[in-house]
Amino acid sequence: MFNFKHEWIETNVGLLLVLTMLAISIGGLVEIAPLFFIKNTVEKVDGVRPYTPLELRGRDIYQREGCYLCHSQMIRPFRDEALRYGHYSLAAESQYDHPFQWGSKRTGPDLARVGGKYSNEWQVAHLTAPRSMVPQSVMPDYPWLVKNELNFADIEDRMKALRDVGVPYSLTKSEYDDNVKKFGAQTAEMLSIPDARKNLIAQAQSGNYDGNSGSISEMDALVAYLQMLGTLVDFRKYDDDAFVKYR
Amino acid sequence: MSQEKTQSQTVQTTGHAWDGDLQEYNNPIPVWWQYAFYFSVAVAVGYWLIYPAWPVGGGFTTGFDSITYVNDKGEKKTTHWNTRALFLKETNEAVAAQKPYFDKVESLPFEQIVKDPELNSFVVSSGKQLFSDNCAACHQQGGGGKEGFAPNLTDDDWLYGGHFANIQQTITNGRHGYMPAFADVLTSTQIDQLADYVLSLSRIAVNPDSAKAGDALFHSETAACFYCHGDNGKGRQQIGSANLTDRIWLWANVPGADTIAAKEAAVKKVIQGGLNKGVMPSWKDRLSPEQIKVLTVYVHELGGGK
Ligand code: HEC
Ligand code: HEC
Ligand code: HEC
Repeated sequence: MFNFKHEWIETNVGLLLVLTMLAISIGGLVEIAPLFFIKNTVEKVDGVRPYTPLELRGRDIYQREGCYLCHSQMIRPFRDEALRYGHYSLAAESQYDHPFQWGSKRTGPDLARVGGKYSNEWQVAHLTAPRSMVPQSVMPDYPWLVKNELNFADIEDRMKALRDVGVPYSLTKSEYDDNVKKFGAQTAEMLSIPDARKNLIAQAQSGNYDGNSGSISEMDALVAYLQMLGTLVDFRKYDDDAFVKYR
Repeated sequence: MSQEKTQSQTVQTTGHAWDGDLQEYNNPIPVWWQYAFYFSVAVAVGYWLIYPAWPVGGGFTTGFDSITYVNDKGEKKTTHWNTRALFLKETNEAVAAQKPYFDKVESLPFEQIVKDPELNSFVVSSGKQLFSDNCAACHQQGGGGKEGFAPNLTDDDWLYGGHFANIQQTITNGRHGYMPAFADVLTSTQIDQLADYVLSLSRIAVNPDSAKAGDALFHSETAACFYCHGDNGKGRQQIGSANLTDRIWLWANVPGADTIAAKEAAVKKVIQGGLNKGVMPSWKDRLSPEQIKVLTVYVHELGGGK
């Protein structure tokens, strides 16, 4: 009978190397291979689009301040979650998130559908001093958000970086035309990298999220981001079991 | 020492020897542990067979477990086990349990919902939950409101009306009170006079001459307050213009100010700057019509039920 001996491997560096790489690549394959098939689990829904430049900066601030340490952005398909937060989250809704903010740590409530739940006034007051609105809150104060002017000097670079990982922000005319086909002219306009600054300023001024039209603050960006979370898909257009087949 | 020695003598070695006497111990895990490991591998394989697991070609292995639910068209559907179908099944069960109540809430007029004691206690308990999940962040727990931010819902004084239909409308479509800023339209003296008149409506002792001048301004085309607040200052519920005679203040913190001068300053500030921050969100995309009806009854009862 074949008599296997550890010694063969342990005394043969070449063989050890080959077998080690084999073992590691199996682990890698199991984690990476499903990503090539992941498209099948992304629901086909209308309305999901990449973030506008202002929302994108808001999202960066969300990450900078570590909001994800206390807030998840994924509503699980459980009844109590649906009652409190709304429709369960779809994979399609975070397809342009790099990195996604799903999370499993919930010191505060899930924020996946917080968009439109409160007024801008509430968001500003709550972020500045949460206990002024919710007396028993343990969320920290973020008083600097209204004071800090938003830095968007590098907004084009931020969008280009996301474009490199597959988010359809457009640099060229033909990419722009593709976006018009995919998202409609109005949204395509917002996704154009050369127009990013202009669009960011226009959205901040017309939205006036922080109630101060004089300048564009970090609060403007963060509230613009919070107010669009979970609002892109119109669930009235879909049957309640339309998404079952993707799982 | 001696114990350590005996132990090392009993421990197995792998049998390898390097450099003459360098040996390697072999300490295998207990047998039961080893079998527990093999068992859990077998359980994992079982999972792959029962539940959705592996991506294959254009789809994935669905597993042989199945689940049956009823969709919103009333069709019975059976599909492979997955959390979304399970969610629908559990929703079906919960809805079935609450159906008698929700059917009644949906079909009965408000007046009858309140009269039915069993239905009323259902409305109060589920209304309370809905209120704390959705409304308490602004109107505060219990609906007491927040000075300068959101109205008190327990005082039976309503900006937009306290009948069931008004409250239902408020919750469904939201509200946004607007009053223009007068800082650039009126002089500082005129605004002083208007503030005094407004305070006199609440029977606060102010300079009567100033209040009289304010009265004239209030009803003049120059300031035109009466267009929105009405001739008697009682406000118009269609536009939520506050009743200025009821001694209930939302935006001008009159009760919180100790001196007459501070009260005047509070009212002046509102007249100068106007109001645009009273935003009550719309709930029709977030809550179902029955949930809104439940909340309407709940809020109506908070306010003492006018
Ligand atoms: C220490 C944990 C913690 C951190 C960090 C934190 N929050 Fe919160 N957050 C909470 C808690 C607890 C609540 C619930 C009480 C309340 O409303 O304040 C909450 C509530 C909220 C709500 C209201 C949600 C709802 O549906 O009522 C929003 C919006 C929010 N947080 C945004 C943020 C943002 C944006 C950041 C980062 C700038 C942040 N939070 C950071 C703990 C946290
Ligand atoms: C973002 C904060 C906010 C939230 C959340 C909110 N409200 Fe309001 N609500 C307001 C404000 C502000 C007003 C006053 C609007 C105005 O001044 O024009 C108001 C007004 C009302 C009124 C009219 C009061 C009157 O005097 O006529 C009712 C009723 C009401 N809200 C009920 C609710 C209910 C029920 C919910 C939960 C489903 C809710 N609100 C959630 C801020 C909020
Ligand atoms: C275009 C209509 C409009 C006009 C004109 C107007 N108001 Fe108002 N006013 C409102 C509304 C609406 C509110 C309540 C806003 C809200 O709740 O969001 C209000 C609120 C107020 C309040 C605050 C009441 C409180 O509860 O704190 C005062 C004081 C007031 N108005 C005084 C005046 C005076 C004085 C004038 C004339 C110079 C005037 N208003 C003209 C619409 C108007």
